[in-house]
Amino acid sequence: MTAPWKFTAREIVEKPDLFTSGHRACAGCGPAIALRQIMKATRGPTIVTNATGCMEVVSTIYPYTAWKVPWIHTAFENVAANASGIEAALKVLKRKGKLEHKNVDVIAFAGDGGTFDIGLQALSGAAERGHDFLYVLYDNEAYMNTGIQRSGGTPHGASTTTSPGGKVIPGKPQFKKPIANIMVAHEIPYVATASISFWQDLIIKTRRGLEVKGPAFLHVFAPCPRGWRYHTSKTIEISRLAVETCVFPLWEAKYGEYSLSPQSKVVALKPERKKPVKEYLEVQRRFGHLFKPGFRNVIDEIQNITDKRWNQLLKKCNIT
Amino acid sequence: MTTIKQNTLALNGDEAVALAVKQSDVDVVAAYPITPQTIIVEKFSEYIADGEVETEFVCTESEHSALSACLTASATGARTFTASASAGLALMHEILYVTSGCRAPIVMAIANRALSAPINIHCDHSDSMAERDSGWIQIYVENSQEAYDSIIQAFRIAEHPDVLLPVMVCLDAFFLSHTLENVKTLPNEAVQEFIGDRQIPLVLGHEGEKVPFKLDPKNPITIGPLALYDYYFEHKRQQEEAMREALRIIRQVHNEFAETSGRKYGNGLIETYHLEDAEIATVCVGSTAGTIKTVVDQLREQGVKAGILRLRTLRPLPFSDIKKALEGVKALAVMDRSNSFGGHGGPVFHEIRHVLYGTHSTPFVVNYIFGLGGRDMPQNAILGIYRDLQAILKTERVVEDVRFAGVRE
Repeated sequence: MTAPWKFTAREIVEKPDLFTSGHRACAGCGPAIALRQIMKATRGPTIVTNATGCMEVVSTIYPYTAWKVPWIHTAFENVAANASGIEAALKVLKRKGKLEHKNVDVIAFAGDGGTFDIGLQALSGAAERGHDFLYVLYDNEAYMNTGIQRSGGTPHGASTTTSPGGKVIPGKPQFKKPIANIMVAHEIPYVATASISFWQDLIIKTRRGLEVKGPAFLHVFAPCPRGWRYHTSKTIEISRLAVETCVFPLWEAKYGEYSLSPQSKVVALKPERKKPVKEYLEVQRRFGHLFKPGFRNVIDEIQNITDKRWNQLLKKCNIT
Repeated sequence: MTTIKQNTLALNGDEAVALAVKQSDVDVVAAYPITPQTIIVEKFSEYIADGEVETEFVCTESEHSALSACLTASATGARTFTASASAGLALMHEILYVTSGCRAPIVMAIANRALSAPINIHCDHSDSMAERDSGWIQIYVENSQEAYDSIIQAFRIAEHPDVLLPVMVCLDAFFLSHTLENVKTLPNEAVQEFIGDRQIPLVLGHEGEKVPFKLDPKNPITIGPLALYDYYFEHKRQQEEAMREALRIIRQVHNEFAETSGRKYGNGLIETYHLEDAEIATVCVGSTAGTIKTVVDQLREQGVKAGILRLRTLRPLPFSDIKKALEGVKALAVMDRSNSFGGHGGPVFHEIRHVLYGTHSTPFVVNYIFGLGGRDMPQNAILGIYRDLQAILKTERVVEDVRFAGVRE
């Protein structure tokens, strides 16, 4: 591996945006913040491919584009295959002396629908084949582009338009698919979770994902004010709460070796700092129905699964 | 005529395709196995394993991903090839449209195979006929020699700046894909000289400057954006324009190839056989044309004015060539190796009758749906069709215009 990337906040601020303003994302959009931050961490020539989804739609309404890098979108379920094709082409063109650049990085962006659900096969295939690219999952926990339908990434109890909090069913009955662990199980060189509330951690992990040879997977927590029903000013606050409650702990796995990232390590070392999930849930109206009489047990279920998964993670990180 | 020394090899259709791809200096092949196309990717894998090609071979986990990878590889500037058939092509359906819409000049070989259900691995044209509106150029070949020649031509056609469209080269499952044939092959240098390097046309960049139409970090462009009611239609209109241009370019490339190889297939769009003075004729795509030509020979010996039009290029449809070639024919049988259920006839029938509408002397036209799921179409059955046409001429009456040949009813 190359020497660790050192940067100052000033350098990051002054680095020209590659994902520029003028796109049509909603106020307070978590994924748009994620993309801007991630593109700050690029290290040279980069090609981006984007699955169908909010970020594709808001950033490339013809004849406009928010992208200052070569960018391609083809469909919803195939972004990992798209990245495979770009990487294969770069490899052979380089071998034949037809590529001007010494190295070109490839980044694939997809939402939770395009990753947990419809794009999982292509992602698994690309990971198994070992293409050198960074896959970024921007997770806003439902199909927001089509109007807030539940996905495999939607958490237990969340109300969406296809898992509404009703009179008898309290939102999504199933639990969130542990996608990052599934990617670790592919034995790829680098898997990490990150949150837009901790931008330095996010861009460091982005850079690591780019530097590593082979597939890297970055799971970025990116709240959606429209879908999660909170005020647009609360996006970063909610992202931080997800980490502090261990609903979305931050970690990385290098060649399968898990380690906690600083913001979650603090909680591991000082368990009294672990906030109850209730604090995270009560600020979002997608969980509002759980606070009515009759459904409060769901909050306990969410606390239980959060604790269970947190403890499993601590074990993987050798923290007991 | 050519002076190039050619090497005659015993190849089946799939091997002929693989060899043509090898000689075409392809950068990326992404594919997934499906019978009866598998020999193509197997053979190509051997070339890779033996270091005979520099190609990057991506063995994807599905046909959907295969075409998706080809599409972005092509957008990155690579010459790109894939192959599929039947269910595999159907799985690609979504990306076929995206490929032509993104104007990616990919070449794909299709070993035409029936679609399920019932599941069947043998030849018919259901798979590629279902994709004739996907914006791909479609060339149907008669034999393995033509498969070899057409793949080489296809790269030139697809990558031509006036075309920039993907091309399907369709060969009949097993009848061609798995059957050994003598194939005359060109030396590598001759193929490479004929095809040349892939030319990337210039397009308007983000600041109005001219930039290469590819994913290039030096000149970043956005490919595959969202275009709504204000711009989508213009994109689609341009694709139609490219298809019209393709009619010219297919002929031009075909003629140039004839000069190199000494081989011609009609004018590259249609091929006629004894059609000039024919009173009765068939229209056909694919390998059945070979059998029909033999039957036409027999009929000619008997003094029957029989002929055949083989449609080599189905998309773009050579409308005026077909119209002109069929002038004077009095009774016509259109052969369909697939069906359009409930559509009153098969797809080729629809195309041909569409061409004939409004002509001065519209012939009697009947449709024969035949050979589904690989059922053989022997000479005597074809002879029967010509006899039917004779009877139509005699009675000047068509009793039933859509018929099924060789099926238990």
